[in-house]
Formats: sequence, C-alpha cells, structure tokens
Amino acid sequence: MALPCAWPRCGCCLAMGVPRDFNVARRSASVILEVVACKREARVTETKPSWLIEHGRIVDPRQGVDRVGRLLIAGGIIAAVDPCDGDLPPDFTRIDARGCMVAPGLVDLATELGEPGREEDETIESGTLAALSGGFTSIACAANTDPPIDTATAVEFVRQKAARADRCRVYVIGCVSKGRAGEELAEIGSLVEAGAVALSDSPRPLSNTALLRRALEYCLMFDKPILDRPEVTSLTRGGVMHEGMMQLVLGLAPMPAEAEDLATSRDLRLLETTGGRLHLNSISTAGSVELVGRSKKRGTQVSVGVRIGNLCFNEEQLRTFDSNYKVNPPLRSAADVEACLAALEDGTIDVLTSGHQPKSLEKKMQEMDAAPFGMSTLDTALAQVITYLIIPGKLSWKRAIESLSCAPAGVLGVEAGTLAVGQPADVVVIDPTATWIVQRSEMSSRSSNTPLLGKELQGRARQVFVGGRLKFSLKSPVGLAPG
Amino acid sequence: MNAPAIEPVIRFPEHWRHHHLLDLESLSAADITTLLDTAQQLSDLYDRNGKLSLLAGKTMANLFFENSTRTRNSFSLAAKRLGADTIEFSSSGSSVSKGETFIDTAKTIEAMGVDAVVTRHGTPGTSHLLAQHLNCSVLNAGDGPHEHPTQGLLDILTIRQHRGSIAGLTVALVGDISHSRTARSNIWGLKKLGAHVIVCGPATLVSKKWEELGVEVAYSLDAILPRCDVLNLLRIQFERQATRPFPSVREYALLYAMNAERMRLSKQDILIMAPGPINRGVEITPEVADGPHSVILQQVSNGIAVRMAALWLLLGNGSSA
Repeated sequence: MALPCAWPRCGCCLAMGVPRDFNVARRSASVILEVVACKREARVTETKPSWLIEHGRIVDPRQGVDRVGRLLIAGGIIAAVDPCDGDLPPDFTRIDARGCMVAPGLVDLATELGEPGREEDETIESGTLAALSGGFTSIACAANTDPPIDTATAVEFVRQKAARADRCRVYVIGCVSKGRAGEELAEIGSLVEAGAVALSDSPRPLSNTALLRRALEYCLMFDKPILDRPEVTSLTRGGVMHEGMMQLVLGLAPMPAEAEDLATSRDLRLLETTGGRLHLNSISTAGSVELVGRSKKRGTQVSVGVRIGNLCFNEEQLRTFDSNYKVNPPLRSAADVEACLAALEDGTIDVLTSGHQPKSLEKKMQEMDAAPFGMSTLDTALAQVITYLIIPGKLSWKRAIESLSCAPAGVLGVEAGTLAVGQPADVVVIDPTATWIVQRSEMSSRSSNTPLLGKELQGRARQVFVGGRLKFSLKSPVGLAPG
Repeated sequence: MNAPAIEPVIRFPEHWRHHHLLDLESLSAADITTLLDTAQQLSDLYDRNGKLSLLAGKTMANLFFENSTRTRNSFSLAAKRLGADTIEFSSSGSSVSKGETFIDTAKTIEAMGVDAVVTRHGTPGTSHLLAQHLNCSVLNAGDGPHEHPTQGLLDILTIRQHRGSIAGLTVALVGDISHSRTARSNIWGLKKLGAHVIVCGPATLVSKKWEELGVEVAYSLDAILPRCDVLNLLRIQFERQATRPFPSVREYALLYAMNAERMRLSKQDILIMAPGPINRGVEITPEVADGPHSVILQQVSNGIAVRMAALWLLLGNGSSA
C-alpha cells in the first residue's frame, strides 16, 4: 500500500479507507506500511492542545502583516488572529512572546539528511531535530542519499522514517536522472506519485544539457520544479575555492565564477524554450544575479535561491584553511556577496536556503583537497541570518521571512509559509535578542562541520509548532553568553 | 687564577616570538631580517667551530607527504649541525589511501617526543592545520602551491650575500608562477625587504591578477631582461598541472629558457638562480646553469644555513653559544 502523504495531519489514511477504529494488533506486524498508516491515523484523531501566542510581533509577508498581536492555534490550524476573549476556547496555554517575532515556520528547500547511506553524517532523526531548533517546520530532503532517491521505494523510505521521527515535515526531492548519473531520466512519474515534490540531482549539477532539456519538458506533465545548481564542472575540476585574489595567495585550486555564470545562462536559455518550472538552487555570483534579473524581466518562470553561508562569509575566510569553509558553490568575493544580498532584498533572489550539508568530523579533518564540500547549517541558520544579515541592516525582517518561508513553500507548492487563518499551524516564535554560543553539544545535527563553533550568535527559535503541536521549545537555554 | 669569561658568540634575538614557521606572508621585515642574520651567523659559526650543540637533546621529525630529497636532507643536516636528533617519515601515497588522516600521522610522530615537525604536503594549508593540532613547532617545507618559506629565505639570503641588501633590486621570477610555492614565498619576502618583483611566464601560468600583490607581470622575458638584477628560474611543475598550460616544452624553452643569447641581453652582474631541481634545457641551458653568473649551488648551501636558523629560533628558546 503506497501512502500518498507523510503529513501527520493529512488524513490520508481516512481517505484510503482505513477505519478510525483500526486496530494494529489485528493485522500482521510485518505490514510495516500499514502499521505506520495506523499510527498516523491515531494521531489525526488525537485532540490537539490550543495555544494563544500573545504580545509577539506577527510577521506574515504573504498577508502583508507586520504588527504586534495575538495568534490562536487550535485543532492543528491557525484558528484566529487577534481573537476576542469571548472567542477563545475553554482550555488553552498562553505563550508570552513579548519582544519576539511570530512568523510562519521556516521552509528549507534542499537539506541533506544523510539517510540512507551516510548515517555517519546525519540521520533523518537528527536532521529533523536540527531543523526544528533552527526554526524550520518543513524541509525538503535532497536526493543525494546512498542509494539515491531515484525510485518510489526510496521516496517512501524517507517519508516513513520522517513520520517515525515525527518532528518537522519532510518533503522528498527525487532524482532527475537514474542513479543521479546524469544520463537517463529517472522514473519521474513514479517519484511524483510516491510523493516527490521536486526533482534534482543536487548537489551534482545537471551537466548534461540534453538531459536537462528533456527533464524540463517531461516535468511539464507533473507541474513539479527542477532544482539545479548551476556549474560547468570542466572549469572547476579539483577546485577548492573561488578563483580570485585570495585563492591566488593561498595557492588552492580555483573555482572560477564563470563556471557558475555559464551554467546559469544555459539553464535560463533552456527554460525559455521548454517552459516549465526551474529553480536554481544556490547561485552565488554577481554574474548569475545579473543573468537571472534579465531573464525574470523577460517573464521567465524561474526562481532562484542563495545559501545562507554564501551571504554570511566570503573568500577571505579560506585564509584560515578551515575545511568547514569549503563549500560548493564556494564562498565568493565580497562584491559577489553584495550583489546577492541586493538581489535578495529586491526580490531577484527568491529563496534563502540553509545549504545544510552535514559531514562527519573525520571527513572534514583532512587536507583541503581531500575534505568534502559542505557546512552543517540547520542549527545555526536562523541565528546566522539574524546576526550577519538582519542586525547589520543588510536584510529586512520581511524579506528574511519571505525568503525563508513563503518563497520556498511556493517553490515546493506546499501548504506553508503563511499565518492565514485556517492554514496548518506551522509557526515559529523567534527571540531576536537571545545570544548564544555555538557548541558541539548544543547542535542537534550529527555533524558539527561549521566554522561557527565557539562563536557567539544572536537570535534563536524559541518555540516551533508543526501542525499545531509544540515540537521544539527552548526552555533552559544552555551556553548563553556570559553577562 | 680567574678563568676568562666565555662570551657567547651568538645571542638569541630577544624580540623573536614565533613558535612555527608556516609562511613568509605573516612575518614582518624585521622577522625576516632576523632569520637571515641568524642564518649568516650560524653558518659562520659552523664554518669556524664545526658541529654545534645549540639544540642538543632536541628532536626534529621530517614528515614528508610529497617526494623530496634536497629539502628533506637539508633540514636533517641543519638539525644535525645544531646537535639535534632527527627522525624521518615519508609517504608518497595520500593519507586517504593509507587509511589514516595526515593529522593522525603527525600526532603519532609527535607522540614519539619530537620538538619540531618539518612537513611537506601537496595541499595548501596543511602545515597551518598541523600547527593547530600539534603542540610542537611546525616548519612548513612546502604546502602545495602555497608557500615554502625556507626556500624564499635561502633565495633572499643568497641575493643579500652578493648585493649586500635587497632594497631597490629588481628580481624576476620566471616560469610557472601560479603553481609555485617558491614564487609566493619569494614575493612576500622580497617585497617586505623593498625589492621590485617581476613575475614572468606564459599567460596561462601568470595571471594579471598578480599585479594586485604589488608585483609587475610580464610575458616577455626578453623585454624585462635588461632591467633585472636577479633571475630566479622556477621549475615547470608538470605534476601540479591538470591540463598542460602551454603547447609544448619546446615552445616554452623557446620563449623562457635562460640561454647564452639571453645572457647577452642581461646586466653584466646578473645573478642566475634556480630553486631546483633544474630541468636542463627547459628553463635553463647547461652553459648558464654552470656559468659564472649562476649561484644555484650556493643556494643549496644557504638552504642549510636558513634551516639551522629556523630550527634554532623555534626550538632554541634563549640558548646561546
């Protein structure tokens, strides 16, 4: 029995005809799918507590809301904004959100969860917990597992593990090509039927132009986006960092900006011919920004994302030879970062992604050449945005929430990214003033490959609700900055 | 009867504070001068007295992940001339294929009780990484194309011995600049001491971006030759080039090999240097390599002197002789 959905509250079991009084014990325990279905059904019928979040600043860019108010969560949904006392349910818990932001839960567009195959880096359990502590209520799991997510079975595996972990929502990204090999189309129809919300071979770029064109055309049937990370790999082979002055001084192998620009240009040009939906998952150069801006002006249906790390850091950081700064797309020049920030603020760039790539310590504790690309970001994502982008005035709260929640939800085509009444109550209460020191012990991700260890950040998710259930609460923050 | 007080012949420089020697970029002109002066003094002292005991009881380990004979032996000899013990570790294979990270390898060597690790590796930043993970002193003997500080120092010492000072000289580094750690260490050291540096080679190996470091970029060796006081002919690093950056060795030699005709374009007192190993017939012809302007073998001797200085300054901890 294929499950149409992994949401705890979707009611799909009911739709499939699973009776409300369905008893697990009467069925064979080996039919795992059905047991899971049953557990989930039990959850649908459980009574959900009500919450009244008071005194917080409600930020919902999709509705154009930004004011202090009250938010009532009941029955798993946003029940009311600024309800009268008379409309409150008989039993609810008050949350004092004074000084905090109340925003739609964050949505991450491509998170590496490591499972199956790379459990030493991350598991669905640890990754979803890290997501919650970073304020994310929904994440899309990247397809670069081992084996990759190129079959319906693989999609279902991730969804069931996610349902069992029962933390944030996990959407699944399927492969564009069989085995992520970039040669033949994967069975995209089956992947979509199994629940894949997008298709991508990321972090591997879609180098095969004919394949990308075919995939864009084929996906017209399913209205699902293709996510590509633009890179001409023949220009970056063996590369470690952005080609530029710092690279020249350090002697590390170069990854020139034009490797990204050329691929961006190709992707956009193909999209103009095929139509369909293309999302460039992580651009990083001023050149890409300019190309995307022009293409959007012509009316192309392209959306674009940038990684938080690519905005918080630049090539200068490589001087430390800390392999945690080795990421792809690489940390670019200050001018590139500035261009990306401006594009994010003006809407040319739609989405901020975590770019979460957990890598175990033993993999990162190698020479720069040998260490894999990647930075573990989920735990710190929100705090990084606040500390490095919002506080210095480089990004507005409105655009931050838009690009971290509304826009990615739109790209995935899922019900999230808004606090509209009647929507599933995926809500994050953000304390923008809490300072904390990033410590290994405080990270939920199984990998702590972040250069931020030991650094002080400001801002943190205080409460996270998923489907009206309190899934994360920062009760006794440890590692608070002294004073 | 009073025994005459024995004056120390060499004093440990009071202002020296460094625990590692990782690159020349982060050293001041005064630090570099200290290293050069110390190298000269130790070299003179050794010539007069023979083997010294300044580092008696200390142990230096050579930890080489890349092939090397001259640098490794030069460091060993330097340590021995100061009375230190040496141990050797070399691995041509990468740490991954050996199943042990190079940091673990280094920690193992350190645990044997060494005071300094001299390390060479094909990847930039490896010695910096070791310095973070080890307590003992780390000397960078070449980290990929990044830096090779003792090579830079020995080149500069050789120039200084012939010209007295570095300030005002025009020094050209010729060849594969982009893959050369020797070029980078020379640029930092020479610039700090006031030289004018020209980097010269095929455009695929010498980017215009080098100008931002305050050096002159030239593609024609013939054009710059009349202005040069020193030529440092770098080896073509075939092993570091993923794709061949010029059409043929023959064409390279045609454009950049230092030969008898080019010597006629040069200043009368030009110094011809090469960090070695030299490819005779590629960057230098035998009559130039063995000619009166060549100081290539003197560079090798000076290599031991600067390595003695580096080891003593890092490990000597105020000792004097």
